[in-house]
Amino acid sequence: MADATGMSFNLTESQKAVQELARKFAEEEMRPHVLKYDESQEFPHDIVKKAADLGFMGMTWPEELGGAGLSEMEAIVIIEEIAKVDPSIALTVASHNSLCTGHIMKFANDEQKKRYVPDLASGRTLGAWGLTEPGSGSDSGGMKTIAVRDGKDWILNGSKTFITQGSVGGTYVIMAMTDRSKGKGSISAFILEKGMKGFTIGKKENKLGMRCSDTATLIFDNVRVPGENLIGEVGQGFKQALTVLDGGRIGIAALSVGIAQGALDASVKYAKERHQFGKALAEFQGIQWKLADMATEINAARLLTQRAAWMATNGMDYTLAVSQAKLFASEAAVRATNEAVQVHGGYGFIKEFPVEKLYRDVKLMTIGEGTSEVQKMVIARQLLAS
Amino acid sequence: MKIVVCVNHVPDTETKIKIGADSKSIDKTGVNFMLSPYDELAVEEGLRLKEKFGGDVTVLSLGGDAHKETLRKALAMGVEKATLLKDEAVRDSFGIAKGLAEELKTMSPDIILFGKQSIDFDDAQVGTMVAELLGISSVSVVVKLTIDNGKVICEREIEGGHETVETSLPCVIQAQRGLNEPRYPSLKGIMSAKTKPIQEKPAAAGELRVESIALRKPEAKAAGRIVGTDKSAVPELVRLLHEEAKVI
Repeated sequence: MADATGMSFNLTESQKAVQELARKFAEEEMRPHVLKYDESQEFPHDIVKKAADLGFMGMTWPEELGGAGLSEMEAIVIIEEIAKVDPSIALTVASHNSLCTGHIMKFANDEQKKRYVPDLASGRTLGAWGLTEPGSGSDSGGMKTIAVRDGKDWILNGSKTFITQGSVGGTYVIMAMTDRSKGKGSISAFILEKGMKGFTIGKKENKLGMRCSDTATLIFDNVRVPGENLIGEVGQGFKQALTVLDGGRIGIAALSVGIAQGALDASVKYAKERHQFGKALAEFQGIQWKLADMATEINAARLLTQRAAWMATNGMDYTLAVSQAKLFASEAAVRATNEAVQVHGGYGFIKEFPVEKLYRDVKLMTIGEGTSEVQKMVIARQLLAS
Repeated sequence: MKIVVCVNHVPDTETKIKIGADSKSIDKTGVNFMLSPYDELAVEEGLRLKEKFGGDVTVLSLGGDAHKETLRKALAMGVEKATLLKDEAVRDSFGIAKGLAEELKTMSPDIILFGKQSIDFDDAQVGTMVAELLGISSVSVVVKLTIDNGKVICEREIEGGHETVETSLPCVIQAQRGLNEPRYPSLKGIMSAKTKPIQEKPAAAGELRVESIALRKPEAKAAGRIVGTDKSAVPELVRLLHEEAKVI
């Protein structure tokens, strides 16, 4: 409730309602299967289908295109809640919402939106987004994938790596250069569909964490892409991608907050239950200080994330805010899960306790959608620009 | 079919209840409230009846402004209409039943659904009283409901088994766990619930007949007792379980 100052730090009624739903969904539909999917690395189609039925796969997109019409303020609450229980499913939800669909919603024409978004926002089709290549990660300018004009069509050659929903996706937004001599300035975005001739799915990665999130290599061998599948103009792809990543980073920040909160909740519970030297761990100051640090950093991370989401919702430039949120939240989450395992001692190292998985899953947060180092580049660039 | 579901706004089951300064009401600060879980079953059943027979579902609640949150939860699940009978006073079961019944008389529903009890004061009286005030039949603790040509067949949970009863519409049905599995509200449901209007009316509630004069929290649980550490302790353990704990 806003007071005389006009500011509010409370959740709104709709944030509370979606939080209750996401929490219930995560506890009832996800929690019982976390270990199974982590072990098997199988994509949890059944859980994703149920999440889609509730609207989680098109959270912020308009209802007329099959979305749920939420703002980023509600979306971050949902991602945090599912991340507390299974970060890899939260990653599926966050990336599906923000990257492929995000790119189409932000830059595609109405016809393209009508053609692709209803299936994506309802979760009937999963979306993947391809920027990273084997030889180009943070340095997108080193991209090798090339699109050459052939009549009205484009012929794509190259490959993409570490693509989330790479093997399970149906719709793909792929960045490719149209003129290598122009470098980054020629990067353009194309919509591809699974099954296009010459478009194959390569290796599915075997990962440290986020194991039931689908990560695969994409290979383009003379893939003919119709001219109408170009998003916006030739050469706009790189700028578009940066904007799409800004949106994605809100999700990664929220995911980090969720992981850290999940680790803290587990640690508080364990510290009260576990006794050593005749008293509960929670009575030792050494443990109390770890919990206090975790809780304080999580709150700071959550506030930064909420602020970035609020700026995005209000149409403000949030590039700086979201880089700061993603940087701080992901690094804080790595520290929190590390301390959570330490609080648990040996029990933190085995799979029967949830912090073992959170400790592995969290590391992607400082790498994906721009490493911590890239976030610092973005932040410094903004500081030094004027 | 005209379906009305009466719902209550109760403290969340995970809330730690504190007794207020007057020692006869709870301290509501920091307490989360929710749609009473048995009422949630009633809402789900109402929606299923509508899906099967057509018609519409209205949720009805008597209480303060805070009850709107619970009404909105029902709207998010797919209910079309909500009415709040506004009343901030302390009420007993009769007072609430009277207020609900007065409104229900003007609505003349085919079926009125309740949870078998609200999980706050656990009186389990309001549904039955409403039926009495309306002069219609009431079936409590229902785990299965079948309606066919105006004939209502209910399975009720009774001690050690089930009882099947038959009545006719209109009637009051009070839901027990097992009746159904309530659906999750969808995100679209939650967002559209924000814009669905909640009709507000002053409640014609009944006067207080039963007054709460004190609340007391249960005694703290006694610590566990170790009877012994080897098999010589078994006879004593069995005796205690039988005579003291009375569980075997």
